[in-house]
Amino acid sequence: MMTKPRAKAYKSGIKPVWCPGCGHYGVLAAITKALAWLALPPQEVALLSGIGCSSRIPAYVNAYGFHGIHGRALPLATGLKAARPELTVLVAGGDGDGYSIGGNHFLHACRRNLDLTYIVMDNRVYGMTKGQASPTTRPDWPSKLTPHGTGINPFQPLAIALAAGAGFIARGYSGDPNQLAQLIVEGIGFPGFAFIEVLSPCRTFRPDQLQWKHQVHPQHEAPAEAAQEAALRLFADDGLTTGIIYRHPEGRHPPPAQAQSSLARIEAELQL
Amino acid sequence: MTAQRLSLAIAGSGGSGAITTGDVLLAAAGRQGFYGQLSRSVGPQIRGGESVAMLILSDYPSFYPTERFALLLALDWHGFERFLDELPLDAHSTVLSDPRTGSVPEAVLNTGATLIEAPLMDLAATITGGRSNMVGAGLIARQLGIDYDAVQQAVAQHLTAKGAKVVDAALQCLQTGWDALTPPKAPRLAHWQAERGIRWSITGNEACGLGALRAGVRFVAGYPITPASDLLEWLAAHLEGLGGTLIQAEDELAAINMTIGASFGGTPALTATSGPGLSLMVEGIGLAIASETPITLIDVTRGGPSTGIPTKSEQTDLNLALYGAHGDAPRLVLAPFDIQDAVFTTHWAVCLAEQLQSVAIVVSDQQLGQSKVVIDPVSAQTLPCTRRVAERCDPGAYQRYALTPDGVSPMSLPGTEGCMYTADGLEHDSSALPSSRAQDHAAQLKKRLLKLLRYDYGDAWSEIIGSGDLVLVTWGSCSAAVKEAAERLRQQGQATRYLGLRLLAPLRVEACRAAIGAAQRVLVIEQNAGAQAYHYLRGQGALPEFSESYARPGPSPIRAADLLAYLTQESSHDDQTQSKGV
Repeated sequence: MMTKPRAKAYKSGIKPVWCPGCGHYGVLAAITKALAWLALPPQEVALLSGIGCSSRIPAYVNAYGFHGIHGRALPLATGLKAARPELTVLVAGGDGDGYSIGGNHFLHACRRNLDLTYIVMDNRVYGMTKGQASPTTRPDWPSKLTPHGTGINPFQPLAIALAAGAGFIARGYSGDPNQLAQLIVEGIGFPGFAFIEVLSPCRTFRPDQLQWKHQVHPQHEAPAEAAQEAALRLFADDGLTTGIIYRHPEGRHPPPAQAQSSLARIEAELQL
Repeated sequence: MTAQRLSLAIAGSGGSGAITTGDVLLAAAGRQGFYGQLSRSVGPQIRGGESVAMLILSDYPSFYPTERFALLLALDWHGFERFLDELPLDAHSTVLSDPRTGSVPEAVLNTGATLIEAPLMDLAATITGGRSNMVGAGLIARQLGIDYDAVQQAVAQHLTAKGAKVVDAALQCLQTGWDALTPPKAPRLAHWQAERGIRWSITGNEACGLGALRAGVRFVAGYPITPASDLLEWLAAHLEGLGGTLIQAEDELAAINMTIGASFGGTPALTATSGPGLSLMVEGIGLAIASETPITLIDVTRGGPSTGIPTKSEQTDLNLALYGAHGDAPRLVLAPFDIQDAVFTTHWAVCLAEQLQSVAIVVSDQQLGQSKVVIDPVSAQTLPCTRRVAERCDPGAYQRYALTPDGVSPMSLPGTEGCMYTADGLEHDSSALPSSRAQDHAAQLKKRLLKLLRYDYGDAWSEIIGSGDLVLVTWGSCSAAVKEAAERLRQQGQATRYLGLRLLAPLRVEACRAAIGAAQRVLVIEQNAGAQAYHYLRGQGALPEFSESYARPGPSPIRAADLLAYLTQESSHDDQTQSKGV
């Protein structure tokens, strides 16, 4: 029997651009642990992203990668998965990328329910552009761009994913990469769209998030299998519960088989 | 025997079946051995609006815009004034109408056309389920001299999905219309040379779709938009049987990124849209160019800017196709001359994108895309179409964006061991690592441009007919009218060259200059207000200083007669429709 590969084998060796102490290092560790756990051949894995601090992650993983444009990681991944269904396709990015500029794609990727695993590193701030409010920022958090806070209610990613039809919804914490790796393993194993929200502190612009390590707490119940139950949990939640919140028991229905055709047949149809 | 051609139009309110009548007559003429084109013009209503079917029937496959309609059948006159500009009639025209649908509009009377009244509705009422458009079809068929058998077959085929009762009623109506008319002494088509054979009935949008499938496109993503939706729908119906996939995206931003994602996986991929969608796709075009991920984009242009004129044609997106993207983002831009050529041009575009790992934009338009022609089958060309891929790599040594002599570097596809890389829209070095160094930026910019410039495009970059002191330069769907104008000028003794540009970018500047040669007069013809091609060609140095522009916005087509009038007038500089310095 072959020995399982080590997580290190899934690191590209490229030094991340992230600040020292950034939560995203924990996510990188968790992704490589998960790939090692599943012993996936690196060439059978693709990790796609948009723009932002977290979206730099594909280059740091030893797999195929695509660092695309801001907000469009999910469509990029949708095209790849539809064209190459045998690949394991992971999508990663931040809260601004996924919930603001890419918000529409998030809704429709949940609806489409392709077998993708979407990991959002949520630090409730735009880090790469130096500290503006994101969709998940609380309304009274002041920034240079919104000196009085945004005054806008935060986006509720998990509840929105549930309403939009995602079949697998989980929350992890970058400070617990072993638990997060398990969530990613489960997400990859889920035969449909798996959404994993990761609390990943930005120590540069949101040093207050360093308190998360004292505040996060695991969910004690088994994952909800009914959307109604998951909705109740999500609306009663403090936003710091980790674990698989919802897992649809069936995943995704396979597409119907298609009749075979040929170019010659198509051309014959053009005949008068 | 000289070439024969006639144009007719069938007008009617929504549900009157004007388009069906046009379809049936086109198919019947095709079955009889002729060629033809059916264009449609519709009002703004989604359903139930008035529409006109405009038919060209001919004994040779050339479908330049009609200058005079020989025959107009008005199933009714509802909303007819909307189409007056598009339907030139004169004293040699014949107008058939039903007196029960109201009096003939003043503007039609003023043309001096011969009026024939026919009780279409009364005749249809004698048949259970009878409809006046099929009575009209019988009437026109007899008036023109289309074979009765051919019309019968066309009706049966067109309506077969609606069931035997509908077909029966339609055939009875056809017979009634045929019998109702005193046969004219000289039905036009009876004198034409017909050559029966296999004919295709195909729209421009279908022709683009077929070219794409022939080139190996097996992934398509798109968002519904007039007038490109029917291209996407045709592909949806045919891709799956070939093992391909089509995704209806949530918007055009998603559509182009899905296309890029599929191509990253190694599947030749395409998206199709129209102006507003092309605007949204601009950032994706930049990503595909920077990451060197091949994709093909078909723009079925409509009137612009903004929402513009969604159902009508204009060649107004050329600038966006040529320049749309921030940064220096060289790409391939191609335009088919007509529906038949749309098969080849799209096929070639996909193959160029695949070989050059770049973006190919095919600029079609509403007129070209939504017209249907009956033509000889378009045979498949054998074109080099293979993407250069990395089959194996030494661990850690793969250079995705390696600088090669021809600028094209082997692209590894997911699944290939040892060749992993991260494609990037960030500027990168040859190993695909992000880099903001000046020398990497310069090297990669040069690579992405030179690979396009160094490719041997052969003769397909243009279409050249004739030679002479006068050169008429055009592109896209204006070509048919320009070719016809050049032919008429030659017949008048004016040596004229037609130069149609299929490959607009990268522009074959030297070849273009050589094709113009020592011409005394050069006119660039296009259907947009800003003279987009003229300014582009001037900027590229492809035109002599004295070149003139004939640029006019859509949706009215530029007709051969317009060009002749412009060219023969003494002073061309006062005309409001021309622009040299917009």
